[in-house]
Amino acid sequence: MSDSAVAGHPVASPYDDGPIRLLTAATVFWGVVGFLVGVIIAFQLAFPELNLNEPWTTFGRLRPVHTSGVIFGFGGNALIATSLYVVQRTCRARLFGGEEAGYFLFFGYQLFLVMAAWGYINGVTQGREYAEPEWYVDLWLTVVWVVYLVVFMGTIMKRREPHIYVANWFYLAFIVTIAMLHIVNNLAVPVSWTGAKSYSLFAGVQDALTQWWYGHNAVGFFLTAGFLGIMYYFIPKQAERPVYSYRLSIIHFWSLIFLYIWAGPHHLHYTALPDWAQTLGMTFSVMLWMPSWGGMINGIMTLSGAWDKLRTDPVLRFLVTSVAFYGMSTFEGPLMSVKPVNALSHYTDWTIGHVHSGALGWVAFISFGAVYFLVPKLWGATRLYSVKLVSLHFWISTMGIVLYITAMWISGIMQGLMWRSYDQLGFLQYSFVETVAAMHPFYVIRAFGGVLFLIGALIMVYNLIRTARGEIRDEKIVLRGPAAHRLPAE
Amino acid sequence: MALLDKHAKVEKNVTLLLVLTLITVAIGGLVEIVPLYTIKNTIERVEGVRPYSPLELAGRDIYIREGCYLCHSQQVRPFRDEVERYGHYSLAAESMYDHPFQWGSKRTGPDLARVGGKYSNDWHAAHLADPRSLVPESVMPPYAFLYERNLRPEDYRAHLEANVAVGVPYSEEAIENAAADMRAQADPNGDHEALLARYPKAAVGDFDGQPDRLTEMDALIAYLQILGRMVDFTDVRPEDLTQN
Repeated sequence: MSDSAVAGHPVASPYDDGPIRLLTAATVFWGVVGFLVGVIIAFQLAFPELNLNEPWTTFGRLRPVHTSGVIFGFGGNALIATSLYVVQRTCRARLFGGEEAGYFLFFGYQLFLVMAAWGYINGVTQGREYAEPEWYVDLWLTVVWVVYLVVFMGTIMKRREPHIYVANWFYLAFIVTIAMLHIVNNLAVPVSWTGAKSYSLFAGVQDALTQWWYGHNAVGFFLTAGFLGIMYYFIPKQAERPVYSYRLSIIHFWSLIFLYIWAGPHHLHYTALPDWAQTLGMTFSVMLWMPSWGGMINGIMTLSGAWDKLRTDPVLRFLVTSVAFYGMSTFEGPLMSVKPVNALSHYTDWTIGHVHSGALGWVAFISFGAVYFLVPKLWGATRLYSVKLVSLHFWISTMGIVLYITAMWISGIMQGLMWRSYDQLGFLQYSFVETVAAMHPFYVIRAFGGVLFLIGALIMVYNLIRTARGEIRDEKIVLRGPAAHRLPAE
Repeated sequence: MALLDKHAKVEKNVTLLLVLTLITVAIGGLVEIVPLYTIKNTIERVEGVRPYSPLELAGRDIYIREGCYLCHSQQVRPFRDEVERYGHYSLAAESMYDHPFQWGSKRTGPDLARVGGKYSNDWHAAHLADPRSLVPESVMPPYAFLYERNLRPEDYRAHLEANVAVGVPYSEEAIENAAADMRAQADPNGDHEALLARYPKAAVGDFDGQPDRLTEMDALIAYLQILGRMVDFTDVRPEDLTQN
């Protein structure tokens, strides 16, 4: 990278960074859209009048805009941006297919997102959670995804390094597994070639397991393996330390990708899915705890000898806290997959809280860290506009997450207990709607937590825009707490 | 560890890495999903489950379009409280013609697997249009616009044909009569004999209080009224329900 670049202007780089700048901007854009819609639908659950009286403003139409916006918009753009950045640097090669291929990926992927979101608010959906886009959108995504695989693989083939770096294993597993899941789960027959509606190839119990095989591995490969790719590049870079254990990363990789695929049936405990499949799903979900924590240890222990940086570097704090949240979510997940626990947690807000400790704490935090890392480099700024604002973003978001997940733990466990509660005469103690009414205060707290998270993201947008312009805020970075003077003299 | 040392080979060959990855991630899905097709009693041996009538299918499409599955499950678990609250636990057979399944994952509202016949058509229409007029604590969005939207019965033949393509056993006769069946089901004065022969237990009559119009409200209520009613559980023996 050229040091003589003029701040605020794209750097003359030996790599194809033009598309990565756009993908990074799209990450931030879709993040704000996704968080905003999340806040809106959270308030709708607390105050249902906010559904208004239009079809497209109802919770049922907007919820997929939120989930697709954050998973595929925010998360997807973060993955494509970082993977193209990482693969070029770790292979010391430009993109296979050149900048044009990168721009095609950018525009093609945004077109997918816009078509999907436009469909949702107009009622075009397959009715499959996290796979809502209809057949024509799915076909377009397949084209974009194949190009993505070719660009990524091709760049690795062109590499001038003997080894393929570990981050790229995870990115590659993410890309190829998502291709497999996407194609199989979306097999459908359209009613007509000129209409949006289709009927899925599978039905009932087989469809349920196919969908949750997809759904759980959208978590396992989109939201985990891909983001572990981010972890394996950006944490060592930001901490300026090598990955803790090379051998652990090999074990981490193969055990994680092997075990994750089996875990889908835990979404279908006590349903009409046969017991053998449920038990298999539960067993593998519990086993999954091991590679998950192996990966977490590998990420966090990379800070060995650099722990002090957590105090001074809020970007690193985002990255490392994300791995801590990852550890927490991947402990909670196996716990919830155990059938007796699931009997209580399933169908309640506990699941929503669990998802958000992973989505906000792990996926979003590691993406924020990566974006704060990337923007100064991609736009040729010497450093971020304001490190203090990063710190402010960190604390506001963390408070938002804590409010969110604690509210959902309480409401989820409470509702689960109310549903199964009996009075002294042996009758069900609560009508369903009494359990709905009991959720209200927690829905308000949850929405407020979401507002804090959104405010944090807006602070980031402001900081990044000024960074991209090459501006630097005049601020002293002060060490607080158990201060430096207490350290032994060198 | 020798095995880990050999890993260098994989790290230097991206094609090998890709192939090994694909094999590794394919195994779990194959082992879990394929037997659901080969083990016969995955679908319980019960009578009564039939394809949806054209009006019910249209209602089901609206249910999907509006994202009802995001807050309502259609899957009663075999627990004392659920069976008392909702009815017999759900069978795989009951959703065997559901493309896609709508079991759901969240109960912001109650389970709907057996809602059919529990409330009157008038109750459903009023509740869908303005949920809080009947249930003040409800957080459900209002769906009054369903009253205003007319159905086009002629379009539904193609929907039945698409269902046949994915394996739903609609007869030639059912496809031929798709539009007529749709009209007849929502017509209180219609001839329901042929319709009920093809679609036993279908709820018939005017659903939305507008007998002169065939609306999306009619379709959605017709769908809700058949949910959970196809299987007669008084005839079911426990051994018919075992799955391997």
